[in-house]
Amino acid sequence: MKLISKLMKPIAAATAIASLSGAALADDHMASNMTIVSWGGAYQDSQIKAYAEPYMEMNPGVSVTWDESSAEAVAKLRAMNEAGNITWDLVDVVAADALRLCDEGLAMEVDHDELLAAAPDGTPASDDFGDLIVSDCFIPQIVYSTTVGYRTDLVPEGTAAPSDICALFDLETYPGKRSLEKRPINTMEWALLCDGVAKEDVYDVLATEEGQERALAKLDTIRDEVIWWSAGADTPQLLADGEVFMGSTYNGRLFSAIVEQDQPIGMLWDAQVFDLDGWIIPADLPEERLARVKDFVKFATDTQRLADQAKYISYGPARESSAPLVGKHAELGIDMAPHMPTDPNNAKNTFLYNYEFWADYRDDIDAKFQAWLAQ
Amino acid sequence: MSVLNPSVPKPDLYRFTMPVVAVLGAIFGFITGNIFGSPAIGLVLGAIIGAALAAGLDRITGMDRWKKIWGTAAVFAIAGLIAGGVGGLVGGTVVGVSMGWFTTWISSGKYRASVPSYYTAGQVLWHNTFLFICAFVFFFLIAPLFPVAWLSFNAEDFFTFTPEMLAFKAEGYSLKHYADFLGSDEWMVPLKNSLIIAPIATIISVSLGTLAAIGLSQSHVPGRQAIMAILISPMIVPLIISATGMFFFYAPLGNWLQANLGLNQAFVGYVKVILAHAVLGIPFVIITVTATLVGFDRSLTRAAANMGADPVTTFFRIQMPLILPGVISGGLFAFITSFDEVVVVLFVGSARQQTLPWQMFTGLREQISPTILAAATILVTISILLLTTVELLRRRSERLRGMSPG
Repeated sequence: MKLISKLMKPIAAATAIASLSGAALADDHMASNMTIVSWGGAYQDSQIKAYAEPYMEMNPGVSVTWDESSAEAVAKLRAMNEAGNITWDLVDVVAADALRLCDEGLAMEVDHDELLAAAPDGTPASDDFGDLIVSDCFIPQIVYSTTVGYRTDLVPEGTAAPSDICALFDLETYPGKRSLEKRPINTMEWALLCDGVAKEDVYDVLATEEGQERALAKLDTIRDEVIWWSAGADTPQLLADGEVFMGSTYNGRLFSAIVEQDQPIGMLWDAQVFDLDGWIIPADLPEERLARVKDFVKFATDTQRLADQAKYISYGPARESSAPLVGKHAELGIDMAPHMPTDPNNAKNTFLYNYEFWADYRDDIDAKFQAWLAQ
Repeated sequence: MSVLNPSVPKPDLYRFTMPVVAVLGAIFGFITGNIFGSPAIGLVLGAIIGAALAAGLDRITGMDRWKKIWGTAAVFAIAGLIAGGVGGLVGGTVVGVSMGWFTTWISSGKYRASVPSYYTAGQVLWHNTFLFICAFVFFFLIAPLFPVAWLSFNAEDFFTFTPEMLAFKAEGYSLKHYADFLGSDEWMVPLKNSLIIAPIATIISVSLGTLAAIGLSQSHVPGRQAIMAILISPMIVPLIISATGMFFFYAPLGNWLQANLGLNQAFVGYVKVILAHAVLGIPFVIITVTATLVGFDRSLTRAAANMGADPVTTFFRIQMPLILPGVISGGLFAFITSFDEVVVVLFVGSARQQTLPWQMFTGLREQISPTILAAATILVTISILLLTTVELLRRRSERLRGMSPG
């Protein structure tokens, strides 16, 4: 008995401390810790510097735990929901994932005008974000694009540097390995564009069986030269190593490799594919945590904060009112506007990613693409 | 290895030494030729250089073997420096030492020194091939660590050997990734979490695993085989399946703890991960302790009981010291299992329990930065120091107890 009471003492003490701290929290109507899920790397750093650190300065006593799980956010949220233990408070996802999570009821539907701050001139949030609010659950943050980078020192002598997306498929003029994403989105569209399909017809063609075959047949022509990537960091690494001549990745990654890391890499803006990234709030959060998250999101998506983020990474702010406020890079002091995918010079020939098409055809084309890869 | 056959005859220069060395020369020549784009020419040149080296070193008599080897290395190193700069110097030295060592080893007949004199040529060949295979296995196990450690001093943010690094210029190297590792919460918080979770999980595994092993070694326990199989199953079942199971098992448990005992979320998170890791560690402890118990003399416990010691005293004073080596090595395995584990913690833990392997895993996926290499280098160094210390302490205690002849 003596032994047991000895053992119980520290446990009882720990319990008392734990419940005390729990009680202290309950007094405040907002939770003091948030778990925010993001992508890691330079992108997460930009979020920390542009909104999390200023927010914590304004609210001392609040701490943020970062979880770099955005890549598997859908699967993890499903599992957490099933287990009845949602540990995340705010999740950064691409728009397509937000649509899925919203459909499944895993993300909370929000009233954008009520939750988010209006623009400085009084324009309500729903107008300021405009078309970028692609789902009732989605709170847009940035516009990014998937585009192609190449090694400037490996361009064959006497040839001009590539400027056209179809250089990807032109092994004669630009020999060397390519790196492409290991999923059909973007890759299939580019294949059709370079097989002579007009931009506005791409999704109509891709909807047909023959169109899908045609895209894969085009990819067959470069297949032996392709290294397939699955994480955003892969292509910059492969380019820096000189293991590939050109490859697709996100424009912010290329910006970081070219401007911040000073690598001999150039980039194409031709046929860049626009996509959106933003927040969702998991459904059914406890009251205190929800109150804290709402407070944070209102701050983190206001006009100035979104413009600030562009100081750290070359992604375009999702608010119209933020665009004129985009300034210089925080460390290098260069103008960031020319590096934004939305800059008029870069956006001469852009390709709009079609959410509805991929929502309908994703499973089907994914299966075909994976089968083709395995052949 | 003891020298079985000290007075070996020198083999014939033309029929044996020159062809054999020529083969090694051809292999090195082939590899070097590949670098310069003409493997065939390298192969032939290598074979000729090898044969010439064998003949040349054979002519020089009365010179110490190691002088011959370093002489050869110097010649190759200079040739390498002329052909390929600093990188060539290093490559040339390596090739030179290997060639010199091999040539003198063959030509002096030393390759027969460690086999009985009645061995046939085939048996000698196999004996030496076997030794070379062993050396290569060690090499391929250890070698991957060196580029990792080397790249961790990269001045750039990529996993790339830059020209400056290969030329050993100071500006190609930097400690910034170490500063990154030691100076950022991104790495220090996971390190702290790992250092909280792994030791506690180890203590639980060792206590429960040792008790289980002792219990299961008693012949009167019913269903011993079945219990053993269940306890060891975490080692056999694919980790991802255990992880999924644990996720769904621990989630309601954690919810209950939070709701009914008022424990906070972070504390419950640690409890879940520690328990999950303890489960993974237990099989290692059971197996090592069971193995040491085989050599444990049961009459000692009866003798202790006979002298009036109760079972607990017997265990701590008699049995524990004797099975301690098994307990310690089981504990080491359990510690490493928890310290290295990424799958279960990804499922069971939440972001606040992020451990070092988890951080390395996400870092590798989202951001290929040499900070991971710096972390890996530090961890490898710590592991080597830890294992060396444990081994030295073990030897010391064996020596003190007079168990080892050394």
